[in-house]
Amino acid sequence: MFLNQNPQLNKNGELHHLLSIDGLPAAILQQILDTAQSFVGVTEREIKKVPLLRGKAIFNLFFEPSTRTRTTFEIAAKRLSADVINLAVNLSSHAKGESILDTVANLAAMQADMFVVRHASSGAPHLIARHVNPAIHVVNAGDGRHAHPTQALLDVFTIRHYKKDFTNLRIAIVGDILHSRVARSQIHALTTLGVPEIRVIAPRTLLPALVETLGVHVYHDMTKGLKNVDVVMMLRLQNERMQGAFLPSAQEYFKFYGLTADKLALAKPNAIVLHPGPMNRGVEIDSDVADGGQSVILPQVTFGIAIRMAVMGILAGN
Amino acid sequence: MKIHIKNGRLIDPASGTDTQQDLFIGAGKILALGAAPAGFNANRTIDAAGLTVCPGLVDLAVRLREPGFEYMATLESEMGAAIAGGVTSLACPPDTDPPLDEPGLVEMLKFRAKNLNQARVYPVGALTVGLKGEQLTEMGELIDAGCVAFSHADAPLTNTQLLLRALQYAATFDFAVWLRPQDAWLARSGVAHDGQVATRLGLPAIPVCAETVALETILLLVRETGARVHLCRLSSAQGVEMVRNARQLGCNISCDVAVHHAHLSEMDIGYFDPNCRLTPPLRSLRDRDALRAALADGTVAALCSDHAPVDDDAKQLPFDEAEAGATAVELLLPLALKWSEESQLPLAQGLARITCNPAHILGIDAGRIVAGGSADLCIFDPQRYWKVGPTTLNSQGKNTPLTGFEVKGKVCYTLIDGQIVYESK
Repeated sequence: MFLNQNPQLNKNGELHHLLSIDGLPAAILQQILDTAQSFVGVTEREIKKVPLLRGKAIFNLFFEPSTRTRTTFEIAAKRLSADVINLAVNLSSHAKGESILDTVANLAAMQADMFVVRHASSGAPHLIARHVNPAIHVVNAGDGRHAHPTQALLDVFTIRHYKKDFTNLRIAIVGDILHSRVARSQIHALTTLGVPEIRVIAPRTLLPALVETLGVHVYHDMTKGLKNVDVVMMLRLQNERMQGAFLPSAQEYFKFYGLTADKLALAKPNAIVLHPGPMNRGVEIDSDVADGGQSVILPQVTFGIAIRMAVMGILAGN
Repeated sequence: MKIHIKNGRLIDPASGTDTQQDLFIGAGKILALGAAPAGFNANRTIDAAGLTVCPGLVDLAVRLREPGFEYMATLESEMGAAIAGGVTSLACPPDTDPPLDEPGLVEMLKFRAKNLNQARVYPVGALTVGLKGEQLTEMGELIDAGCVAFSHADAPLTNTQLLLRALQYAATFDFAVWLRPQDAWLARSGVAHDGQVATRLGLPAIPVCAETVALETILLLVRETGARVHLCRLSSAQGVEMVRNARQLGCNISCDVAVHHAHLSEMDIGYFDPNCRLTPPLRSLRDRDALRAALADGTVAALCSDHAPVDDDAKQLPFDEAEAGATAVELLLPLALKWSEESQLPLAQGLARITCNPAHILGIDAGRIVAGGSADLCIFDPQRYWKVGPTTLNSQGKNTPLTGFEVKGKVCYTLIDGQIVYESK
């Protein structure tokens, strides 16, 4: 029964864990964005450190390989003066058959203050949050197809940076929605922040059932879906989806859904292009666009550090 | 032992009896209803005032977990749970380890169950050796050993040629075949209904067509072979609609649903509750309502518990890794009563879904109260609430989506062959 209560908020309605964007009020998202804004300054200073998390132990628990997300979490934690311990669990105890909860219980006994978790199964961070010592905060760094909340937060931070106001935007998310935790979190973040029109553009094989119940409009044709949009959010296509039953080939995917300069020209002239990385150039995005003037892909990465600092700082303060 | 059950509300769904009547039991049989037979001296009198007396419940799917899964539950623990739930006859699916695919295993199970002197156990034999879907089992030998039907449990059966042959062979000897319609390819790696909850939570999905495609295949093969087929655990509105249509066209096919699917939906998964990881998956509210309506209009004849105790270690995992199943045999009665009351059915009709109807599907003489018949009875307090939880469940499996819920209807006595095998404290 308790599994129907929002597990992310404490009794005062403050953020206790960050597991998903789904179910978070707009005020909390704004708080994270505003806090991140204040950290952007820190990351540009000569001494890029604040003492907010001095003496705190943050465990990066990665049950699935990751370079970029793990690194940005590590940088963010270090800039907050925390002690960071990186564990690639897929290489250690998990492979020896230790259960996820045993692993977590052992680490909790080492006086952890926060777990940053990535796992291949949807809901794994929820499981950990449910069983861990209530003093410990859990941050979801990507679980299965479910959620990648800090990625979505850095995306909306980037959008706010360039577009200022969410309430007059038309945004398209393009690619493999079905398997994408990034897309799910982006959709929840954008709807919560009041974006009036969100479009998803994909072939039917890469869309989950009843996706429109998430509050999006479905398009299968890039030329229609990109028309007059303010923001284009591209998704990464996993290698294993490029051939087989989901798609005939990477080439054909590029033909229909790859972002080229021609297709981008259908969007508003000042439209920006986002991509969560790592990019498959020539599969989902053309190099001209990825490196072009409308691309904000590299600023995304920079903002990712400020967002993760904000999330960890807010959690430790609650 | 002679027992006099007095002042109870006696319900026999098979005959439609619902009246205040005493029961007189002796020599394992029901001696008389109403007036005491001449010279009857009770050794024990049960005052059933305020209680309901009905036939012992018949459950079409109770996993006893033996052989092979003793770490999840044992024959002793689950047989104890069954009588605490008022169940006096139960069918157990063949998905043990090894599966019930040879006569020795079936004889051993029957022998051990019989020695416990509790519920009557009716094993359902494996349709194929090892439930691998490759080679037919020795069905004749298995029937002689005590099997009542053959099924493939939840194991995938992809080879339609083999399914055709299995039905042809079973039809030759009029053996019953129980099938859960699920296309193995369409369901592959899925863990939740292909609907808005799986979409929101990012769970690999099982579409409704996994059920309907397999169901259509089975219906066509039944027409082709004339085999006696029972469909297990329907989960979708479209599925029951197909069965309704087939029956209207004269197809003599029966089906059941599980208690969870009559009460819960995908929404109950909430934030990844692994107790809602069930097979088949909990589907939409619309599907649930269609199952309830089909159960009420008779399209679905039986409600079963689909009892599947799972150990904690196998449940305390991310949703997609968690073992499917829930403990349920002790919830069969209260959940049937809840459905019946909410459907505004007479109690006798509600109870038919867990007594005479499943007995008819099993082809056994049980699930009814008649003078001269076996005294298998369930006496329950229809008004008593109890809270579902680890301390109130007798099953070794404590995992259920209903943990913490108050349910109404508590078994007070269970009688088998005129012996009181369970008495609540």
